[in-house]
Parts: sequence; structure tokens; C-alpha cells
Amino acid sequence: MTDFNISDVALSNAQIAWRAAQDIEDGSYVNLGIGFPEMIAKFQPDGRDVTYHTENGVLGFGKAPLEGEEDWDLINAGKKAITLNPGASYFHHADSFAMVRGGHLDLAVLGAYQIAQNGDLANWRIGSKGVPAVGGAMDLVHGAKRVAVVTDHVTKDGKPKLVESCTFPLTGVGCVTRVYTSLAVIDIAGSKFVLKEKLPAVTLTQLQSVTGATLHIDGEVADLTVPEDL
Amino acid sequence: MDKTIPTLEKAISEIPDGAQIMIGGFGGSGAPIELIHALIDRFRATGSPKNVTVINNNAGNGFIGIAAMIKAGMVGKMICSFPRSSNAEAFNEKYLAGDIELELVPQGTLAERIRAAGAGIPAFYTPSSFGTELANGKPTEEFEGKSYVREHWLKADFALIKGQEGDTVGNLTYRLAGRNFNPLMAMAADKTIAQVSVLGAAGTINPEQVITPGIFVDAVVEVSNPQQEEVLVRTGEVH
Repeated sequence: MTDFNISDVALSNAQIAWRAAQDIEDGSYVNLGIGFPEMIAKFQPDGRDVTYHTENGVLGFGKAPLEGEEDWDLINAGKKAITLNPGASYFHHADSFAMVRGGHLDLAVLGAYQIAQNGDLANWRIGSKGVPAVGGAMDLVHGAKRVAVVTDHVTKDGKPKLVESCTFPLTGVGCVTRVYTSLAVIDIAGSKFVLKEKLPAVTLTQLQSVTGATLHIDGEVADLTVPEDL
Repeated sequence: MDKTIPTLEKAISEIPDGAQIMIGGFGGSGAPIELIHALIDRFRATGSPKNVTVINNNAGNGFIGIAAMIKAGMVGKMICSFPRSSNAEAFNEKYLAGDIELELVPQGTLAERIRAAGAGIPAFYTPSSFGTELANGKPTEEFEGKSYVREHWLKADFALIKGQEGDTVGNLTYRLAGRNFNPLMAMAADKTIAQVSVLGAAGTINPEQVITPGIFVDAVVEVSNPQQEEVLVRTGEVH
């Protein structure tokens, strides 16, 4: 269905995370979703002071402890052991989600099954089978000044993840502001996908052919360039 | 006023069949394992309390704590945000067999519903879950151009929580990120039972350090050197 092989050019998860990390501003409060988005912290640019929030009630956590030095009362929302940076704090769950919904976070980054052109996000379950689990995803998509998604551009079987409207159960309505994919950086504005950056090796026609809704151009489309050795 | 209870068995002895029970903790952090195990022991010995509803962020891991409660067959319903985590077979098996009910609540909504109950607020509006299947049937309203879902308070008959330091009048502190749901649940239950790792006389906790004031706590039982749920799960411990 496409005239190019995505896997020849697509960015790795580490490269997508690196690109997303470049947009984290100095002095910001950030929540990184469990799994892929957590990787972004590894690529935080030098010289930027970023405070990470985790839903279970910690602000200002740092790197994982060394193996054998874990204290399992000190974990993140993914139930991984963490350490604290100077200036960290603890709080209960209601305060933690007040930070989320109350507009106090600058950025939340999540994963996605599908993103619609109006900013709808589907990322918590694929169908109605199995055991449903939502966690904090439906809260995290509300309140942060920017809600970004990191994702492969297409599913494992090649279907677009950027679509006109989501077919999987929604996590939130009209909530995503920017999408970092394995091929491009795309903003959501006025219920449209607006292409900001694309891999130089991919033509606009090729990119459109693996995107489920129209890509709009508003101003310059920059080259998406990332370090190769990540 | 002395709220201390000498034994775990006595602390949980009044919980009846069908009780709605909040259990503090997030994963293994701040989970009152010894109180849970005392409740399971009572169920195994007497058949009671059965058919309880458990409110927790998760639905248990491994073969201990809430997972062991479910495995023992004493839980009729779970109210939680994330039942599908690693080593959650106890819940998964019962759920997929239709033997346990699930009320799935977004994590922040779960916390706020519990807080609201403790604060005497019967309902509130939240943006979370608007436009999703978890908002089906719930009233919505627009405020300043954005849509919100009405959610109700979530109360309980009992709360089982874990503090670090406690005193005889029920003041509590928490250890590291073990705070999580514990202070909220303490407020929202008719009767709150706290296990604490260190128990002292009134006055031993600096009032400036108290996280949960004693008014929210009905019973305190000391469990020195408590077990850590995550360690038990990793070592495959069975209760």
C-alpha cells in the first residue's frame, strides 16, 4: 500500500524520545507516561532544570537506584524504584492529581494507539476483551499546558496511527497538542494535523500515504534530524 | 483517648460480611500487608468477612495482600484504576471467569472521590473521562467552554492503612512515597484502622510533622518491621 519501506527510514524509540526531549523547556514541570515516554528523561538536554512528577505522589525524582539499593516505598507510577533529586517532595494522591488537572504541569507525554486530527487520544485499551485498566491516563490528558504523544507513525501491521477519528476507545477528547512519530513532528491545531518536521528521506506524498488524515502545511516544514547513534 | 489496639486480630475483628473496605497503598508502597493478612486469616478460620468490596488503586499482585484476599474468595467486587498489572493473575482469573465485579475508575477520579467523601462533598465535576466509555450515563456540564463529568463521593465502612509513625491519639506520618492513598482513605471511612511501624505516646510526633490528624483515625496497631509487598511479590511469597 506504500511505495516506500517505513522500517528503512523510521526513527527508533530512543530517537523519537530524543526529539521530544529537545522541546522540554528549562524550569518546567513534566509528567512522562509509563513505558516509552519515560525514556525521554534520559535525553534531557544539558543545562535544563526539569522537575519530574509521578502520579503516586512524588515531585522531583531522579535516576533509578542501583540494583540492590531499591527502597520499594520509593517508587514511581510504573512501580519502578526511583531516587530523589534535591528539592523533591511527597504528597498524597489527591494533591498529585490536583497538580495534573489543575493546570500546574507544563508538559505531559503519553503513548498512543491512535491520535485523531482533532486531538482525540486512544491509548488505554484496544477493544472490549480482557481486563480493562486505565490508571492515570484519563487524568493526565487534562490540565498540562502541552499534552504530547510519542509513537511509531504506523502500527506493527502498517496501519496509520494518526487518523481522522479514533476507532479504539478514547482516553480523552481534543487533548493532544503535538505528536512525535518515527517519521515526523506534527502539531494539532484547529482540529487539523499540521506538519512541522519530517525526515528528509521521506517525501510529503510518502508521509501522507501512511497517515490516516490530511497533513496540512502551515509555514515551513523543517527537517527532522536526530543523532544516529542512540 | 487511647486508640491503640494490642493485636492485628482484634483490630480487624469487627469488619462484617459485605463490608466496603478501602485499602491504602500504591503497588507495594504504603500497603498495610499485615492488616490484610490478619483479615484473610480471620476469613479462613471463620468464613467471615466474605463478599467484601475492596477499594485500592490496583487489584493485587502475586500471592499476598489483596491478591491473596481475592484468591481466598472473600472479595465480591474491586473498585480500582489499574487491575491489569504484572503478576495480577489472582484478579484476572476471577474477572475473566465472571466471579468478581469490577468498577474501573480513572486514578485521579478515584483519589478525588475518596477525598470528597472525607470532606463531605457528595459530587464534583472533573474533566477526566469526558467523552470516554467510563463517563457513560454520567451527567456532564460545561464550565468556561470546557466539558466536565459529574462524579460522586466514594465512602467506605472501613479503611485499612499504613503509617510510619503513629501515636496513641491516632496522628500519623508516612514513609517516603507510601503516603499515596492512605491519608485520603483515612478521611473517607466510617472506621479507619492504621498499622504503624513505630507507635509512641501522644506528643511523640511533632505537630508540624503530622500528615493525618488523629481525628481521622479510629484504631492504631503497631507492626514493627512490617513486610514490604513488593519484596514478597518478587520472592514469590504465598499467604
